[in-house]
Amino acid sequence: MSDTAPFPIRPARFRNPTEETPLVRRLAILAAVLGLALLVFAPLLVVFAEALAKGWLAAVTSLASRDALSAIKLTLLIAAISVPLNAAFGIAAAWAITKFDFRGKAFLITLIDLPFSVSPVVAGLCIVLMFGTNSLLGGWLVAQGFPVVFALPGIVLATMFVTFPFVARELIPVMIEQGRAEEEAALTLGASGWRVFRTVTLPNIRWALLYGVLLCNARAMGEFGAVAVVSGKIRGQTATMPITIEMLYNEYLSVAAFSMAALLTCLALITLLLKTALERRHADQLSAAHRH
Amino acid sequence: MQIEIDEIAKSFGSTTALHPVSLSIPSGALVALLGPSGSGKTTLLRILGGLEYPTSGRVCFDGQDATGLSVQDRRAGFVFQSYALFRHMTVFENIAYGLKARPRASRPPKAEIARRVTRLLQLIQLPEIGPRYPTQLSGGQRQRVALARALAIEPRMLLLDEPFGALDAKVRKELRQGLRDIHDETGLTTVFVTHDQDEAMELADLVVVMSGSQAGGRIEQVGRPQDIRARPATPFVRDFITA
Repeated sequence: MSDTAPFPIRPARFRNPTEETPLVRRLAILAAVLGLALLVFAPLLVVFAEALAKGWLAAVTSLASRDALSAIKLTLLIAAISVPLNAAFGIAAAWAITKFDFRGKAFLITLIDLPFSVSPVVAGLCIVLMFGTNSLLGGWLVAQGFPVVFALPGIVLATMFVTFPFVARELIPVMIEQGRAEEEAALTLGASGWRVFRTVTLPNIRWALLYGVLLCNARAMGEFGAVAVVSGKIRGQTATMPITIEMLYNEYLSVAAFSMAALLTCLALITLLLKTALERRHADQLSAAHRH
Repeated sequence: MQIEIDEIAKSFGSTTALHPVSLSIPSGALVALLGPSGSGKTTLLRILGGLEYPTSGRVCFDGQDATGLSVQDRRAGFVFQSYALFRHMTVFENIAYGLKARPRASRPPKAEIARRVTRLLQLIQLPEIGPRYPTQLSGGQRQRVALARALAIEPRMLLLDEPFGALDAKVRKELRQGLRDIHDETGLTTVFVTHDQDEAMELADLVVVMSGSQAGGRIEQVGRPQDIRARPATPFVRDFITA
């Protein structure tokens, strides 16, 4: 700005009327960055620092122990079982809610959200009460040689309960927005219900579905509370990664605990990366559809 | 194909959409269902297309009872209000959808499907747009693609829900003529829903004026445009067509 200008203009006076002053903006950004650094980034760094406190070798050795490998396998197995099942249930629930009108629909939506509001520990206790050896059903199942509590089925049930809403929650708004017109059009063109689902419904929800599945997967691998109650924490048998971390930590085996924690964090970060990559690819496809 | 609507009524739960209505549509006619919103005209169209079943009454196609016929078996070419093009498919794939959905025995071979899609694209005068996606088309182009997609299944009748509703006035005029031409060329019995009396009067051979009330939609008058203009049967019709 030169002194000879007839009307010295201060840019600040001409800022966008709907925006805050630069000072406020900078303060808001600073607060967000500080908060993130303190609450998210620093703990992450600590996890990795503690894991590697005695060097790479110690960390890797602790992860290669029999119990650690069993925990890793168990966690991956549980995710592999519960995520596809929840994807299927989530699709079914979202489909029913958005494509049909029926009595009790509002109740069903509330029911889908229930796992978000119920403490996971309570959910775990419910499973123990229903399937424990002292219950009618649980006693019968144990007699048939199919124990649920303190075994894989119970952990899967607990995980599924906790992660149930993720897929349905992602799909419902997308499917409501898309309406029924495309499906109806496909029906009038002679397509069977299954064909409509396969060729119209599923392609239209695929990105939301993948997104929901990834969120569901992240939570399924990280779930602690509900699984802690139903698993019985049997080392090498029913201890998942989060539970192993807790047990190791309580035994002051900090390198082992933090190595496992770092590995679990890496799995979560991979999920996050996949999610970001998907979002990017999705955006590319969208812009491809808009090109020309 | 001749369509006979016999005392059709429809209610959704406690609300009545259609008071029992009867209507006879001669084969090859171009018919407008004209009325304000809430007069049950779209409901009647959806019942013809098999997207809703009537609460009572019968529909006959060429004298055959078709009331319970499934939407797939009706072979009614349906054009939706917002066109409902499949957004993840190209224009070509959209038009070919109905042919590919046929059971294997009656499905045309690939080359034949391509030939028919090309011919339909020529019919709607958009021969170049096969590889495009619906989002890359203008409103008028989408409407014509929706029409081509409906015609691809070799329908027995053509049903259109507010086909010009979402278009600006100039395009609307052009497409009116387009629909008239396609109707004359194919000879298909065609029913379209509109709330625009100019559109109904200008385009249709036969206009069905409908009104809505708490007791459900009903038919006020059926006739040729000039007869309805000259002799409105009820005060409602007079008000509606002069509005």
